[in-house]
Amino acid sequence: MYKYDQYDQAIVDARVDEFRDQVRRRMAGEMTEDQFKPLRLMNGLYLQLHAYMLRVAIPYGTLDSRQMRMLAHIARKYDRDYGHFTTRQNIQYNWIKLEDAGDILADLATVEMHAIQTSGNCIRNISSDQYAGAAADEITDPRPWAELLRQWSTFHPEFSYLPRKFKIAVIAADEDRAAMRLHDIGIQLVERDGKLGAAFYVGGGMGRTPMVAPLIKDFVPIEDFLSYSEACLRVYNRYGRRDNIYKARIKILIHELGAEKYAAEVEQEFAHVKSLGIDPPAAELERIAAFFAPPAFEAGIADSVDRNDPDFAVWLDQNVKAHKQPGYAIVNISLKKTGDIPGDASSAQIDVMADIAKDYSFDELRVTHAQNIVLPHVAKRDLYAVWQKLVEADLAAANLDLISDIIACPGLDYCSLANARSIPVAQKIAKRFADPVRQRDLGELKLKISGCINACGHHHAGHIGILGVDKKGTENYQLSLGGSGAEDTSIGKITGPGFDEDGIVDAVERVTDKFIQLREGDERFLDTYRRVGFDPFKEAIYG
Amino acid sequence: MGNLRFRDDAALDQPAVALSAFLDQSNATAVRLEPGEDARLLIPHLDRIALVEVAFPKFRDGRGYSAARILREAGYAGELRAQGDVLVDQIREMRRCGFDSFVPDKPLDEAVVKTTLARYDNVYQRAADAAVPVWKLRHG
Amino acid sequence: MKLLTGNDLASGAVTWWTGSGWSLHVEEAADVGDQGDSILATEEAARRVNAPYIIDAVSTPQGPRPAHIKDRVRALGPTVRLDLTLKPADPAAGNWVI
Repeated sequence: MYKYDQYDQAIVDARVDEFRDQVRRRMAGEMTEDQFKPLRLMNGLYLQLHAYMLRVAIPYGTLDSRQMRMLAHIARKYDRDYGHFTTRQNIQYNWIKLEDAGDILADLATVEMHAIQTSGNCIRNISSDQYAGAAADEITDPRPWAELLRQWSTFHPEFSYLPRKFKIAVIAADEDRAAMRLHDIGIQLVERDGKLGAAFYVGGGMGRTPMVAPLIKDFVPIEDFLSYSEACLRVYNRYGRRDNIYKARIKILIHELGAEKYAAEVEQEFAHVKSLGIDPPAAELERIAAFFAPPAFEAGIADSVDRNDPDFAVWLDQNVKAHKQPGYAIVNISLKKTGDIPGDASSAQIDVMADIAKDYSFDELRVTHAQNIVLPHVAKRDLYAVWQKLVEADLAAANLDLISDIIACPGLDYCSLANARSIPVAQKIAKRFADPVRQRDLGELKLKISGCINACGHHHAGHIGILGVDKKGTENYQLSLGGSGAEDTSIGKITGPGFDEDGIVDAVERVTDKFIQLREGDERFLDTYRRVGFDPFKEAIYG
Repeated sequence: MGNLRFRDDAALDQPAVALSAFLDQSNATAVRLEPGEDARLLIPHLDRIALVEVAFPKFRDGRGYSAARILREAGYAGELRAQGDVLVDQIREMRRCGFDSFVPDKPLDEAVVKTTLARYDNVYQRAADAAVPVWKLRHG
Repeated sequence: MKLLTGNDLASGAVTWWTGSGWSLHVEEAADVGDQGDSILATEEAARRVNAPYIIDAVSTPQGPRPAHIKDRVRALGPTVRLDLTLKPADPAAGNWVI
């Protein structure tokens, strides 16, 4: 885990002071809401349907128990006793008072956390693989580079007023667990001739014009990591469209210019930027990387797990993943028990997860883009004890990557941009498929729901995607099929006319019934869909 | 507070001309860049320019920040002015990009300007100013 | 009828213009007729409301009902957490929104 030094702390403390002052000026009437809005957004403070909403950054989704407890404390003291983990590895509080914002930030700063650039047209929280440092398939831990990007992008003077928001993800494995190619910049660390470098995919994104990021450069030498990023951003800042908010993301620039032309522009800028000394010396990367050294794993501990308890065995098979260290495992805590609000956790649950991480996972937790929590390093001999504690806290749903492990944005229950509610649809679908045997039979099936075209619920990347729209003042839901946010990234295809809330649940079930009919061998839904195509499903849905 | 200037030399007493006019006209020493105009077109002429005025018709339009850095990176040492919808909470970033004078549409509160510019002792990245990034402080 | 709504500047709470002040309860909202814009301007300038806007509503025996679902959600609270709404004791409160 990265630890702040005096400089990091001073910068975050100064930010608290600055935001306090901005709030004071707003409350005193020295600023209008129009002037204040971009300032509060740059610090993750929105005005939503019921109150202010504060989005707190969890850089690359990694945090320790002390930080997790602080998230619970904030939920208890300043909010209504819960928080919402988001698809960008952040947490949101829905009931914040403007007058408390300064105190909240001050509390966060005591545990090396902040809300810097969690909104606004700037570089947002850097996201990464939730299994970083634990997965066997990574070539290196991507988080030191994510931290390097975090520091470089924090208050970057040139890129604070970009055409639009800018999201970067860094991974270091071929299996993509972070929807890397659906980011403005997706970076995959790669090795070539024994040297580390970075492949840059630029111009992906969801929203109203979903795009899979094309490869812009297959190998950027690691010592040029930030210089190349700077060049990518400068070309975007200069040439990205500013005449139409819906065409302002970098994906549109790259789509209009063409990936080759954009890459050539970046190459030219990079040749210049390289001379400016943007990249820190290797010693800085080494300093950061040292914080992410593997924890003190015990060698030679048992690799077997007692599977006698059948409920435990189900959870083990579904939510526990292989770790690179013998005797250890990666535990996924699903926040999607049937009836749950996807991504929501009470302060008590957040505290429990902090305690378990402290006792059983080398004091580390991760937040995933699928709105779940990960305990990255659990000794296999402790798995049963961990599971029992999770059961006690109502956190042991054994449904990772199953149809009820739904990604859903807050939707019209909370969000001022939404056109339709997402959460009730997620709840109804989870209920319809509540039978765990049925869910496991369906296998991996990623269902994702957004309450508006902005696609915070990643519906384009859902094997089954649902988009809520406003149809003459009533909520209506469109179905799409065949999306993926993994290494086989694809954008789902809309099936046809939309449905009402109960209709969409029926439509999902017609799709899964058809899948069971058509499935060969141990195909996932997505495999079958790709094999047989769109038409049999469309036929099944609309008859 | 009206205009802000962070330079010791005397202010130029000449109106800034539009980029196209400047490029056609060899005697002008002050030029105005609109958002979207390519600052690099000025690079061959930097030795005769005393003032570049970068227009900010809307505070949200951040193209001028890149224009400023490009000019400073090319060695431009003359006055670099941000004019238009320039807000007090943007001054620090603009200073870091190389702006050293400000002609905001609406006057800025002097006290707020002062505290804003003094608030941060540290920066994370190199820019067009003299601030030393913290990685440099860490490793010398 | 026309209602004037916004949020309290300090707390962010949803508020409704009652004719003489601001209430948390849409039932107390007053028809602003064609006076909305001028009330809005005065109240916003005085910082008694933040981000105010005028909406259409229909008059019902239970009080004004905003025409758009978004404003009905604002008036009640999240339909998926009725315990946090203004009607925590009414399990059917969400029906009013739809």
